[in-house]
Parts: sequence; C-alpha cells; structure tokens
Amino acid sequence: MGGAGSAGSLEGRLRDEEVTIGDLKTEIEDRTGATVELAPEQEMMTINMGPHHPATHGVLRLIVDLEGEVVRDLKPIVGYVHTGIEKSCETMNYWKVIPFVERMDYLAYFSNMEAYCGAVEKLIDMEIPRRAKYLRMLHLELNRLHSHLVWLGTSALDLGAMGVYFYCFRDRDKVLDIFEMSTGQRMHTRYFQIGGVAEDIPSGFEKKVRELIVTLNTGIAQYESLLDRNEIFLHRTKGIGIVSRERLLELGVTGPLLRASGDAWDLRKEGGYLAYPEIEFDVPVGTVGDGYDRYRVRLTEMRESLRIIEQCLDGLPEGPWISDDRKYVLPPRAELSTSMESLIHHFKLVTEGFRVAPGEVYNPVESPRGEVGCFILADGSSKPARVHYREPSFVNLQALRDMAVGEYVADLIQTLAMLDPILGGIDR
Amino acid sequence: MPDAPGLELILAEINRSQPGAVIDTSFDREQAALIVDATQIIGVLTWLKETPGQEYTFLASVHGVDYLPNLPRFAVHYELLNRERYERLRVKALLNDPAAEHEAGADGTPAGTPGGSRPDGVPSGTATQLLPHIDSCVGLFPTANFQEREIYDFFGVVFDGHPDLRRILMPDDYVGWPQRRDFPVGGEPVIFTKDEVTNPGWWQ
Repeated sequence: MGGAGSAGSLEGRLRDEEVTIGDLKTEIEDRTGATVELAPEQEMMTINMGPHHPATHGVLRLIVDLEGEVVRDLKPIVGYVHTGIEKSCETMNYWKVIPFVERMDYLAYFSNMEAYCGAVEKLIDMEIPRRAKYLRMLHLELNRLHSHLVWLGTSALDLGAMGVYFYCFRDRDKVLDIFEMSTGQRMHTRYFQIGGVAEDIPSGFEKKVRELIVTLNTGIAQYESLLDRNEIFLHRTKGIGIVSRERLLELGVTGPLLRASGDAWDLRKEGGYLAYPEIEFDVPVGTVGDGYDRYRVRLTEMRESLRIIEQCLDGLPEGPWISDDRKYVLPPRAELSTSMESLIHHFKLVTEGFRVAPGEVYNPVESPRGEVGCFILADGSSKPARVHYREPSFVNLQALRDMAVGEYVADLIQTLAMLDPILGGIDR
Repeated sequence: MPDAPGLELILAEINRSQPGAVIDTSFDREQAALIVDATQIIGVLTWLKETPGQEYTFLASVHGVDYLPNLPRFAVHYELLNRERYERLRVKALLNDPAAEHEAGADGTPAGTPGGSRPDGVPSGTATQLLPHIDSCVGLFPTANFQEREIYDFFGVVFDGHPDLRRILMPDDYVGWPQRRDFPVGGEPVIFTKDEVTNPGWWQ
C-alpha cells in the first residue's frame, strides 16, 4: 500500500479522533518509510459555488479557494444566461429595441428603458414634454422601490430572516399592481417610448400611489424594526465586506455600494437628467461601507424614492405625455381614421421605423444598482449599428473579490447578497 | 463637458508631450470625443487621468465598436469621467483589421477565419496576428478588467498586457467574434437533447 492509500484510510481517523496534520505526517512516514511533504497549500481547497445555488441570486458561478473556512481567492464565472441581447438590438428598428433592453436587468426595466430612450432622444435631438418627464421619474422611482424590495427580501432570506421575505414580496406586489394599472403589464412594461411615455396615467392612479406611499412608509419601518434589532442580522452584516472608497472607485463601482462607503455620488443629482433638478431629495451615505451600511443606504433610498414619488404627484404638469413630432412618434389612434398624413406616418413608422443621422451617444442613468449607461452608434439607417450597455451589476461584480477575500465563506453569502448582482444584467 | 475649442486645447497639449497621439477631436450632440492613435492609448489615458486640471479619474465604461464598412474598422471607446466637474470625455482608439490586410496581401494564401482560439480561450499564435491589438489599461483603471474581456470576447480585440484575457460571456470553446457586424444572427443551429436519436453525438 502506497503513501496515498494510507493517507486515505487515515482521513476517517482525522475526523473521528483528533489527529493533527503533524501526527498524520509522522504516522505515514513511520509506516511507509518515505518522506511525506504536507505543505500548508494542501489544506487549501478549491470549491465550486453555483451556478445553480439559491444564494447566488441567479446563475452565478464562483470558484472559491478556501483555507479552512476562510476565503483566500475567488473568481466569478458568468455568461450562463447570455442571450445576445445587444446583437439582437442591431437587427431591430429603433423603437423595437425597447422590449429587448428592458429584459437585461430584469428588476430595473424602467432604468434600462430610460437609458435607451434618453440616448435615442439625444441622437435625434428631441426634447420630451414635461409631463412625460414627471411620469418617467415617477415610474423610475417606483421601479427603484420594487428592485430594493426584492433585494431586501432575498438578502434577508439568505441571512435566515424568512418573515422579511414575505413582507417584502407582499409590498412588491403592490408596486407591480401600480405598474399594471398605468402600463398594462406587471413587469417589462415597454411604457417609455421615444419621445415620452406610451399612455397617460388612468383615473384613480394618483389615489392608489398615495395609498402605496402610506403603506410603504409603515412597511419600511416594519422591516427596520425586524432587522435593526435582530442580533443575528447585525452580527452577520456589521464590519463585514469593507472595501475602501478609493478602491471601489478604481473598480468602477457605483450606486448604493459606493454611497455606503461615504461617497455621495448619485447621477440623479450630478447628471440632472429628466426633471430631477426640480425635485428635492437627499442622497443617503454610509460611514464604513460594510454590509450593514449597504443595507441602511438602500433602505433610506427607498424612503427618498417615496419622497420623490410624492413630489412627482404633487407637481405633475398638465399637457401631452408624448411628443407630437410625427417623424418619430406614432400618431394617436383616433387620427388614423380622419387624417391621411397620420395614416402615412403610422405606416412608415411601423414598417420601416425612423432613420437617425450618423452619430454616437452615451447616456448614463442612475439605476437601483448604479450607473447604467447606454451607448448607441447610429449609422444613418433605421436600425442602431451598435447598442452597448454599461451594466452596473457587471462592473460591480469585480469588487466581490476585494470584499470577500479574508472573510469566512459564510460571510461570502452575505457579501454577495449586499452586492445585489442581477445576472440578467451581467450576462445580457 | 469640454466644448469644441476645449477639445482642441487638450489635443494641442497632449500632442506637445506625445507627438501624434491625438489625431482628431469631435464634438457632436453635446458629446466630446478625442480620436487617438491606438498605439499611444495608455499615454493619452495616463495624461488625462493625472494632469492637474484634467483629472478624468473615473473610467465609466469601455465599448467595443465595429464600424464596418468604414475604415479603420474597429474602435475601442473609453468613457472617462471627471467626478468633481461632472464632465464626460470619450476617447476613441481606432484599430485596423489585420485579417483584411492579410487577405488583401499578395502572398495568395487564403486567410483563415480570424476566430481561431485555443480551447482555453487564449488566442493561439497564428490567430492573434490576425486580430487587432491594443494595450490594456487595467493597470491604470482596474475596472477595465471585465470590460476588456467582454470586448475581446465579442470583437476579438486583443488587449496586450491584460492579466486574464479569456472569454467572459461566451463559452470558453466558442469560435468566432459574435458582435462583429459580419457575424450572422442566428447563424448556428439550435441543438436540443431530444435530437440525440437522430443526431447522435450532438454535443461534440
């Protein structure tokens, strides 16, 4: 029997009795008479996490090097749900691309739409009506609530707080009800159009949103009371996964992750797109940038979103909700039976789409996960020559290694949950 | 956002220290861009990042672009951002397609498809010569790591000096550069396990 065989039979003893590596080494050497090298690296173990693991929030695969329970190295492997969305966009007319880009980051579909529609509007130099801006902001913030509620529920579930998950999904459903009311769809609404939004809000919408604001304000207080005094939650999040602000900036991290480390960077404030400069809201920041700060920042962001929604409802201007530029926007349904020009415009737009003069545009927007940017290259035809998304999840995922190395493997789950990656966005 | 004269100033200043580095500027639809010689890209990015008064310290995004049928065919775009002034600046490095030059060459040998790569994804010796090359900026901006891998994956642009240049979204053994404009959509058969009976060994 060789040395390896002896070691194999001793493995069981290692577990049953308290045999150290040193004992094992002497015993094998005594029995075989050979010198055995058991370097510390032999205690390193490489394990595979995912891709089908509920705690990876999608099909994310991690190759983790463990020394005992401590993570020493980590490599994310992505691409399992790559569907070639950017390639498909190149085969579609400008306005037919919208449903594709929505499905990248499936929790932030309004942000994706805003990045795309805003980019096309920059390309064709179109100013959208004020009412459309407010309706877009309203839906973007509802979308942020929706995304953060899903994040909070699933992350709390990862840390063993089952109740929070149910409460969050209960409230998330109410947000989706509102989407259904204004757009007809619960997810992937295709509500933003080039030039504005598809439809005005129905009657009774405002009342329902105001009810939601009240419900969610108490709801957020509920989640806080469930988690903020939860000993297990605090122990598992405080002081874990800290990365310095400078390093995060080097890695291109944006969104709540960056704000949790104390950097008040928010494109809604800095970029000033839509009508955000007219709205009063605060940018919550953390102090140390651990898991707990990330949780606090997102929770406070939800409160700020509610404030923005309230101001959008109060200041909602009257007027058209979509531009009346017939070159780019479908004419109203009623006009089709009376106006020949409308019929021609409608026919041209539906069959061929509109042409865009050559040029390139990058349009960044603050999504629930950070800067989502849409780059469009127009070549003069009615189809974009290149649509590229700067996905916040894709870029932020690079910070996972810095966050997790040196921590316990159990904390890796927590760190990943607080990173909030959406694999549909990463893989596109 | 630097306007058109501001861009000309930047061009003049960079070209004083690195002659010929910036070829042209463009200011279109409120978007400022520098068009840069691809061989000097790291010098330009370093200058923009570290020169006092410029300080474009944040790399927001890197895009790969295929300008087919225009020449030079490929480009790598760097979306730089100055966070203090909220100014964005795009740096475009244009790249020629060595495969097309090879094909047009007088040697008469048919050029292979430029998509060859070893199963581990690292391009093999002869294939990389047919791919456009540019220096990697991961040392300057660590965030470019995944994004350069993505461009390599989709366009076959080789980033020299990248620490881990493998495919990222496509499978490691994939052949071809799917985001190039001459790569067909739906050009490959969809394979289902139910076809095992009629098409044994489909997974090979």
